[in-house]
This record gives sequence, C-alpha cells and structure tokens, in this order.
Amino acid sequence: MLIVLVFFFWPASQALYQSLLSEDAFGTSSEFVGLLNFSRLWADSTYLNSFKVTALFSFLVAGCGLAIALLLAVMANGVIRGAGTYKTLLIWPYAVAPVVAGVLWVFMFSSPMGVISYALQSLGIQWNHLLNSNHAMTLIVIAAVWKQISYNFLFFLAGLQSIPKSLLEAAAIDGASPARRFWTIVFPLLTPTTFFLLVINIIYAFFDTFGIVDAATQGGPGKDTAILVYKVYFDGFKAMDIGGSAAQSVVLMVIVIALTVLQFRFIEKRVNY
Amino acid sequence: MIERRPIANFFSHAILLLGVAIVAFPLYLAIVASTQSPDQIAQSIPLSLMPGTHALETYRIALFGGENSRGGTFPPALPMMWVSLVTAVVIAVGKIAISLLSAFAIVYFRFPAKGLVFWMIFVTLMLPVEVRIGPTYKVVADFGMLNSYAGLTIPLIASATATFLFRQFFLTVPDELVEAARMDGASPMRFFWDVLLPLSKTSIAALFVIQFIYGWNQYLWPLLVTTNENMYPVVLGIKRLIAGEAYTEWNVVMATAILAMLPPALVVILMQKWFVKGLVDTEK
Repeated sequence: MLIVLVFFFWPASQALYQSLLSEDAFGTSSEFVGLLNFSRLWADSTYLNSFKVTALFSFLVAGCGLAIALLLAVMANGVIRGAGTYKTLLIWPYAVAPVVAGVLWVFMFSSPMGVISYALQSLGIQWNHLLNSNHAMTLIVIAAVWKQISYNFLFFLAGLQSIPKSLLEAAAIDGASPARRFWTIVFPLLTPTTFFLLVINIIYAFFDTFGIVDAATQGGPGKDTAILVYKVYFDGFKAMDIGGSAAQSVVLMVIVIALTVLQFRFIEKRVNY
Repeated sequence: MIERRPIANFFSHAILLLGVAIVAFPLYLAIVASTQSPDQIAQSIPLSLMPGTHALETYRIALFGGENSRGGTFPPALPMMWVSLVTAVVIAVGKIAISLLSAFAIVYFRFPAKGLVFWMIFVTLMLPVEVRIGPTYKVVADFGMLNSYAGLTIPLIASATATFLFRQFFLTVPDELVEAARMDGASPMRFFWDVLLPLSKTSIAALFVIQFIYGWNQYLWPLLVTTNENMYPVVLGIKRLIAGEAYTEWNVVMATAILAMLPPALVVILMQKWFVKGLVDTEK
C-alpha cells in the first residue's frame, strides 16, 4: 500500500516541490535571485496587460457561458417530450478538444472562405481577427463558450431537476407567473450550482483554453489575447525566460488555490445551512 | 410543468432547437468542408454549405497521409490517433488504478502522517498540469522520458482528481462489510478485490469516460514533451496542419478534426449515463 503511495507521490510531489523551488533556483545555473523575478514581473507591463486580458476573457466566458446554458437548461427542463434528445445533442461539444474547437471557429471566421466572416462582411462589418484585437477576443470567447456550454448545461439541468416540484406548484396555486416563479424560487435555489459553475468556468477560462488560444490567435494580434497560461508557455518555452515563466507559474498557482479555497468555503457553508 | 401552455412549450422547443443548431453548426461546416476538394474550397466564397463529392479522397489523405497540391506532404493521422488512444487509455486506467489504491489506503489504513498525506493529495488536486508545466517538464526531461508514452502519460496520471471521488464512495461502504470480510479471514487486498472493486464499478465506469476524454484532449503537455513526429497525438497534428504556412488545405484539416473528435464524442454519447454521473460526481 505504502509503496503505491510513494509511487504516486513521487512524481506528484516532485513536480510540486520543483515548482516551489524554482522560485529561487533558476534554470541551469541555479542562481539564487530571491524575489527578483517577481518584482521584475510586476514591473513588466506586458504581464500586467496579460492579467487584464485574462480577467476580461474569463469574465466574458463565464458570463456568456452561464447565461446561455441557463437559458437552454430552463427550456429543456420545461419541455416534456424530447428533453433527453436535446441533452444528447447538446453534450457532445464537451468531448471536443480545445484545439479542435479553436480550429473549427477559426475556419468559420477565416477571411476568404469563412461562412461567418462572409456574412458579417455583407452586413458591413470588416472581420479580421488577425489585426483587430477586439475581433480576436470575440473569436476566442465564442469558441471557449461553445465548448463549455455542454458542461454548464448539464449542471444547470441537474440543479433544476433537484428543485422540489411542490414548491413550484405551491407558488403556481398562489398565482405566481412563470417568470416570477423563476426569479423568486428557481433562481435562488440554483445559486449554489451557479456559484460552483462560476468558479469552474473561471478556472476553465484560465487554464483549459490554452488550446483555443494557441489554435485561434496565438496570443495575437500583438499580445492582446495572450492569457496568463499562454504567456507562461510562451515565455518559458519560446522566449526561454525560464525564471520569469516559473514565477508566473507560481502566481497562477496562488490564483488557483485562492479560487479553490473560495469554492470549498462556499460548499461547506452550503452544507451547514 | 405545472400548467399547460402550448405556446410556451412551443417557444421552449424553438429555443432548444436554435441552441442545438448553433452548437452543431461548426460540426456541420467541418463535415461539409471535409467532403470538398481544396479547389472547391478555395474557389467558392463563401464556402458552399452543400456537401461535396471528395469525401473518400480527403479522408484517405487525412488518415494515411499523402501529397498536397503544392507538393508538400500531409502526415498521416492514423498513427497519431493510435498515440492518442494509447495515451488516453493509459491515463484513464492509470489514474483510476492509482486513485483507487490511494483512496483505499486513506480510508482503511491507519499509518503515520495520514493527515499530511491526505493534504498532499489535496494540493495536487488544485494544481492543473498547465500551472506546473515548467518544473514538470524539467523532471520529465531529467528522466529521459521525452518522446515516450511514459513522458506523455505519467505526469498527467499524477494528480488526485479521482482519489476524492473514491474516498467519498468508500466512506459510504458500511463497516459491516469490512468486519464480515475480516471475520471470514480475508486479507486487506482480498477485501479490496472482492468487495470494494465490485461495489465501485459504476464509479469506475464514470471516471473512465471522463479521464479518457481528458487524456485524449490534452494539448499543452504533448506539445512540450513530444518533438518526434511519431509521438504526436492527433490533437497536436491538427494544429501542425494549419501552423506555419499561409496556404492551408482546409478540407484535410477539417477531416482530421472530425477524426480527432470522433472517438471522444462517441464515448460521450454512447456512455452518456456514466458520463453525466462522472461529471457530476467528480466535481462535488
């Protein structure tokens, strides 16, 4: 048993240990520079910019993703026939790799033959995600939301189905309209699900979207869609600034841990009440 | 629903259909593009929405490799898919085996520093590979595991996502079963094999689906670890098809994309029940 544990921990803790160590001991020379890399990071405007980009990106992804999925889940919960079919038809994007999602959407938006860019052009919008950073951002947000819809949808549906019917029936007898029932009963009861999904979506937007960004925009134009994870990769493996990259990893870890702690706190609270 | 409102019902169906259509549109487009010849794609602006006639040819090139119209070659997707499959299965099986055993150890054994061990597992749960790419890469490189299945899979196996699921599950197994097994003289491993494992079958199936998809869709890690073309998983192969050149043969790219999403999509749809269960359980 313990052997298994050691075998399991050896790589895991090794990785963890290394990542913590690499704050101070850098690269091949293993020179101790203390917090220099961090201070350099904070002085680096591209890094701060990347923070802003990531914040905007995850905000958009989480917001749009949750709203759309909630709408669809409420509708699917409402219909009697065919709910299972809709479910099947909506969950498959979960299986699509982020890169593939990125490629699919780039294809639709790519400039000579992309269907959507053509449609936009006929509406008078010149689409160019290679030059216009707003367009690039929109593109990766759409791709990321598209991939995440199925996940949010499943959780919302599960949440909706666990709401006791008797509550809704009581409200209906009291004469509450469907919209009112939704806002005063369903939505508050869904708060735990929503909050959970919010955290998960932010984590998703932070980390799992690397493939989408890499396939769709490669962080461009300029650095306008370079999210934090992309920057870690780019600085560490393309620009060979291993110290800076490691410092960024550590910052990312702190963010993840903060998010996770937040989430666990919340779950505990929910259990208590 | 509570009252019968045909209009609202119709409205719900309409929105759902719209949602399904939007979700499925990129897929449809990919299928259409993969059935056309490169010339057809290049000439029609925008892409025609009707399926073309070159499906077999495109998929042949995508699967087995071939020459493109500019004299370059396409790498065949078939070996890449094999790599993906092996990686995904190894990750799924490895992760399940390790987390089963470690959950078993945590729940049923008392050993020194149990709390510490538990917290160490907990910490790995929080840190996705993406966060620790740099250090992990160095470790793997030091062991000479670059460009090998070991390098592709082991770092991804070493995280505790599933340990928690199994821990929760084992905690619900009644103590009477443990006692009964001990009375009958079963060793701990015997108990594990003959009692716990059959009980947790459904959880294992659910986890397998999730982890298979996770393994299949890994991108950043293989991108770093593999430099040899023989070891590229298919997801990486797609990226390579569009990277670099200004001229991209979208039909082959799309065919490869379809091939790359087919296995995980099939797994999800065919094992939908387990998949949903796995998703809802692992995140609790």
